[in-house]
Amino acid sequence: MTKTKAAFAEGKAFIPFLTAGDPSLAVTEELIVELASAGADLIEIGIPFSDPVAEGPVIQRADERALAAGITADGIFEMVRRVREKTGVPLAFMTYINPIYRYGSERFVKRCAEMSLDALIVPDLPFEEKGELQPYCAKYGVDLISLIAPTSKARIRTIAREAEGFLYCVSSLGVTGVRTAITADVGEMVSLAREVSNIPCAIGFGIATPQQAEDMARKADGAIVGSAIMKIIAKYGTDCVPHVTAYAREMAQAVHGVR
Amino acid sequence: MNKKGRFGTHGGQYLPETLMNAIIELEEAYEQYKNDMAFKGELKGLLANYAGRPSLLYYAERMTRDLGGAKVYLKREDLNHTGSHKINNVLGQVLLAKKMGKTRVIAETGAGQHGVATATVAALMGMECEVFMGKEDTERQALNVYRMELLGAKVHPVDSGTGTLKDAVNETLREWTSRVSDTHYVLGSVMGPHPFPTIVRDFQSVIGKEVKEELLAKEGSLPDALIACVGGGSNAMGLFYDFIGDEGVRLIGCEAAGRGVDTDQNAATIANGTPGIFHGMESYFCQDEYGQIAPVYSISAGLDYPGIGPEHAWLHDTGRAEYVPVTDDEAVEAFEYLSRMEGIIPAIESAHAVACAKKVAAGMGKDQSIVVNLSGRGDKDVAAIARYRGVNIHD
Repeated sequence: MTKTKAAFAEGKAFIPFLTAGDPSLAVTEELIVELASAGADLIEIGIPFSDPVAEGPVIQRADERALAAGITADGIFEMVRRVREKTGVPLAFMTYINPIYRYGSERFVKRCAEMSLDALIVPDLPFEEKGELQPYCAKYGVDLISLIAPTSKARIRTIAREAEGFLYCVSSLGVTGVRTAITADVGEMVSLAREVSNIPCAIGFGIATPQQAEDMARKADGAIVGSAIMKIIAKYGTDCVPHVTAYAREMAQAVHGVR
Repeated sequence: MNKKGRFGTHGGQYLPETLMNAIIELEEAYEQYKNDMAFKGELKGLLANYAGRPSLLYYAERMTRDLGGAKVYLKREDLNHTGSHKINNVLGQVLLAKKMGKTRVIAETGAGQHGVATATVAALMGMECEVFMGKEDTERQALNVYRMELLGAKVHPVDSGTGTLKDAVNETLREWTSRVSDTHYVLGSVMGPHPFPTIVRDFQSVIGKEVKEELLAKEGSLPDALIACVGGGSNAMGLFYDFIGDEGVRLIGCEAAGRGVDTDQNAATIANGTPGIFHGMESYFCQDEYGQIAPVYSISAGLDYPGIGPEHAWLHDTGRAEYVPVTDDEAVEAFEYLSRMEGIIPAIESAHAVACAKKVAAGMGKDQSIVVNLSGRGDKDVAAIARYRGVNIHD
């Protein structure tokens, strides 16, 4: 079992997301350690991109702030190296295909492995194009995470069959961001995936409240929370750590409370 | 790697999962209708009776005499309904969307020409229409914003990123992911994920087909060179496509060099770009060493794009086409030149091709001929050119 998959072995998984470098890499580093002790089972680290087409305004702004501060993939790799001295929590990078491709797909995946990074989530690399990274991920032992969406229908089985680590279930149409209600039938998506694979399913997009996190944890194996956290970071800036940690502890409890 | 929709190593289908079934559905519908006689007949009728095709191939006699070299012909796409080549693609795509049962179309626009064409055809076919346009572009092309609204479209100014064409594409893609079942994204250039580069090229290839017939009728021979401006590259691809196999015909694409290719203010993708994957396609992009897309610049809102269509990238790799940079200054000078020399005010985009044609024609023999794609008319640019020249007019 890969470390990514093992994140789901003890029960439902709480998966927070952070845009690396917002407000600074030092704060991101501190947040990762604090989130791990607050109960995060896996942490997604966003590598900021100039044109994040799958993101809503909250993460777009976070990316813009991080890039304006001069954050680069190399800086983030170094940050992960420091983090790895303090915590073994499973870590996934979330970024777009261009920063990886430009860095050199193989070189990028190799660096991930060297930093003990466990998984890669690339929202603009669909099933049909995963050959761009899959061979390198297999070679270096990094899980390439597959995504399914409410529009995926029959594709769910095809994608789930080859999925590794966990299956990222996009809860809603549209981009990332806090939603008052999650309307897509995520339960149906998860059961289609379960027909062909025992891969853990984590739901993301729109989850902000402990109640939503609990609901999603009932329907799947984990809940991913991004924009809600980045909103807190945007509000408190360099003083965000205690606020994010308190929020994460509450969310983790809501998720872990589901059996 | 997936070989579908590839031009050499370029192209592909890099989209969020939410859009994959929609793009596959589009691909299947296009495969079905592109050879459907009824569809082809309907589109041909619209091109003739609504857009005004075929467009003229005009012999620019004064310009030819002035330059003292090759005969210069202008393909008058500016005379199409809505004033540019954009209508060719939009009529095809909206008709296709209608056959697919879609009731709403969305589009990005740079200069506003594609947005106007989409709003126009949406009105004609009774479809709902929303257009995304960079905030900076809504300011430099305010007249086109009002024109789209007049046609019944809703225009969304996009203030994320650099507030120009690439950001308009981002926002249209985001909108498509949030409402995909009843909506078709009318992509305006030979870019984006497969099948868009192929669909748009096919619908624009009417330009080159007509040029071939028209020039054979006038000169009894093929042209020695074809010249067109390139942002994403749809008017150029439409002109070039039928001539790719005719090796004696030089294909020349003109990129926006803004304030110069060696400055940080240009949009010259072939001159300055590197391989990347963005907006659904592998191609060349202006970007930094970490793959962050560069803020690009051109006086022309329609060429102000950091990438180029994948088929152009391939024509560049194989050496079949040449891509040359043209600066703002050269384009403005050509804008004024054609206005005075031939009484034709070109779009500032097309003026990039005119600027290049002036140099190319002058170096050729009198027995040779070139065709310049006059992809759009310049009315929309008059106020901006006046500003460029320091003339304060109220627009």
